[in-house]
Amino acid sequence: MAAYALRRLLQSIPLLLLVSLIAFGLMKLVPGDPAMVMGGPNATADEIDAIRRNLGLDRPFWVQLGAFYWNLAQGDLGRSLLLGQPVGAAIVERLPATISIALYSMGLTLVFGLSIGIVAALRHNTIVDQAAMVIALLGVSLPNFWVGLVLIVLFSVQLGWLPTGGYVAFGDDPVGWLRSATLPAVSLALLQIGLLARITRSAMLEVLRQDYIRTARAKGLSEWKVVGKHAFANVRIPVVTVIGLIFSVLLSGSVIVETVFSVPGMGALLGNAILRRDYPLIQGGLLFVAAALMLINLLVDILYAWCDPRVRIGGDAR
Amino acid sequence: MTALVLRQGLLGPTARRLLRHPSFVLGAVLFGTVVVLALAAPWVTEVGPNRMAVRLRFQPPGEMFLLGSDNLGRSMWSRVVWGARLSLLIGAWVVALNAVFGILLGLLAGYFPRLDGPLMRLADALMAFPAVLLAIGIAAALGPSVTTVIIALAVVYIPRTARILRASVLVVRELDFVQAARAAGATDGRILRRHILPNCMAPLIVQLSFVFAYAILSEAVLSFLGLGAAPTEPSWGILIAEGRSYIREAWWLTFMPGAAIAVAVLGLNLLGDGLRDVLDPRLTVERT
Repeated sequence: MAAYALRRLLQSIPLLLLVSLIAFGLMKLVPGDPAMVMGGPNATADEIDAIRRNLGLDRPFWVQLGAFYWNLAQGDLGRSLLLGQPVGAAIVERLPATISIALYSMGLTLVFGLSIGIVAALRHNTIVDQAAMVIALLGVSLPNFWVGLVLIVLFSVQLGWLPTGGYVAFGDDPVGWLRSATLPAVSLALLQIGLLARITRSAMLEVLRQDYIRTARAKGLSEWKVVGKHAFANVRIPVVTVIGLIFSVLLSGSVIVETVFSVPGMGALLGNAILRRDYPLIQGGLLFVAAALMLINLLVDILYAWCDPRVRIGGDAR
Repeated sequence: MTALVLRQGLLGPTARRLLRHPSFVLGAVLFGTVVVLALAAPWVTEVGPNRMAVRLRFQPPGEMFLLGSDNLGRSMWSRVVWGARLSLLIGAWVVALNAVFGILLGLLAGYFPRLDGPLMRLADALMAFPAVLLAIGIAAALGPSVTTVIIALAVVYIPRTARILRASVLVVRELDFVQAARAAGATDGRILRRHILPNCMAPLIVQLSFVFAYAILSEAVLSFLGLGAAPTEPSWGILIAEGRSYIREAWWLTFMPGAAIAVAVLGLNLLGDGLRDVLDPRLTVERT
C-alpha cells in the first residue's frame, strides 16, 4: 500500500512540472506588452518600467523560465501587483473561507447525491426514479452563479431569511457562518448533486443485478442490510472516483460563486485578479488550484486502491 | 456494430430508435426550439434588442413585454432571443474546433504509439486544471472578446474530446478488419479515414453534444466575469451580469437569460443522453 502511494507520488512530479509550464506559458499569451496591460491606461512610462523590472519581463525568456522554476521550488508563487503581497500568502489567508464552504458543499453533495441516486436505483423505472433523474439533470444544466442569484432573490430579497452576501468565520460565530455559507454552498452543490446522483444510480443498478445480491436477499437479510452493506460496498468505488471531479468543479465554481456572494475567499481573490489584470496572482492562483487538485486526485487514487485491492496489485491506477 | 448502424444512414433504424427515445425527443424539441428562435430572431421580436424606451423601464413580464423590460426600457424577450444567437454561435464554434482537433489529435495519439505518450501527457497537464478555471486563465491572458472565449473553451475541451476518441481508436485499431486492410496494403491515411474513424464516431458525437452544453454554460461564466463579448452585443452571460445590479427591483433581468441557458443546456444534455443510449450501448449502464 505504501509502495503504491509512493509510486503514484513520484508519477505526479513530471505532470506537476508540465502543469507549471502551462501556468507560466499563460502569462506569455498576453498580447503586446504585459507590463502596459497591467499598468493600465494611466500608467507613466516609469511605472510601466518598474512593473517590467519587477516581474523580470526585461530579461530573456529562458532566464524568466529558470527564475520561475527556481522560485517555485522554494514555494514562491510570485508577488501580486495590486495587493503588494506574495501570492502564496494572499491565497493561504483566504483559504479558510473557501475550504469551509467547499466542505459544506461536499457534505450536501454526498448526502443528497448518494440518497437520490440510491433511491432512484431502488425504485428503478418508477415515477420516483424519473423525478429523481429530472432533478439530477436539472442540477447539471443550471449555471451555478445564476442559481446563486436566484437564491439571493428568493431567500434574501423576498423572504429576508439569509444575508445576500458576506462571510462570517466559523470560529467567530457558528450560526452566522451557517447563515452566510448556506446559499453559496447550496448553489455550488446543486451541479454536483446531479452528477453524483446519476453516477450512484447507474453504479447501484449495475450492482443490484449481481448474483450475490440475490443470494443476500434469498438468505433473508433485511433490505436495509442488502443495500447498505452488500450493495453499497461496491458502489463506493465509482463514487470515490468522482470525488476528484467534484472537487475540481467546486474549486472552479468558487471563483464565480464567491464573487456573486462577496465571500472573501480564494475564488473571489481570483475573480478580482481577473478584473484587474493582476497576472502574477492569476498565474499563481491557477497553479495553486491545479496542484491542490492533483494532490486530491492522488489521495482519491490511494483511497481507491484501498477500496479495490485489484488496483494496488495491478499496478497502474488508471 | 455501432458503425454498421451508422452506415445504414440517418433514416434507417438508428433514426427510428432515436425518435422513440423519450429523452432524445424531449431534448431535441427543447434545444431545437432555442435554435429556431435564435435563427428567426428578426421575425419573432417586435423591437430590436437595443431599442430603448426609458419611460417603460422595469416593466414586469406581462402583456406589454413578454419577459419584462430592463433598466433602459429594452425588451428582455428581444434581448434574450438575440442573445441566443451569440451564445449558440460561440457554442457551435467550440464544437466545430473540438470536432476537428479532437479527431485529429485523437487519431494521431491512438494510432501512432510514438505520438501517444507526448500528446496524452500534454492532455493530462491541461486537464489537471479545472476546466472553467483554465478557460478563465486563458481568456484573462488574451483579453476580453468573443474570439477569446471561443479559443479558451476550445483549448479546454479539446484534450477531453481527443482522449475519448483515442480510447476508441485503441480498440478499433486491433480489430480484424483493420488488420485485413493493412494486409491488403492500405496506407495509414486510408485505414484511419475509411476504417477507423467511421467506427469511432458514436462516442465522438455523444461527447460533442455534451461539449456544446458545457460551452454554453462556461461562456456564461466567462462573460459574467467580464471576459467575453462587449456589452453592446449581449450574450446570455452578459445579460445576467447586467441584470445583477438591479436584482432587487427587477428579478426578471437576471432570471430570464439564465432560464434560457437552462432550457438550451437541459435540451443538449437530454439529447446527449439519448444519443449515448442509442448510438453507443456499451457506454450505458443506466437503461439496462
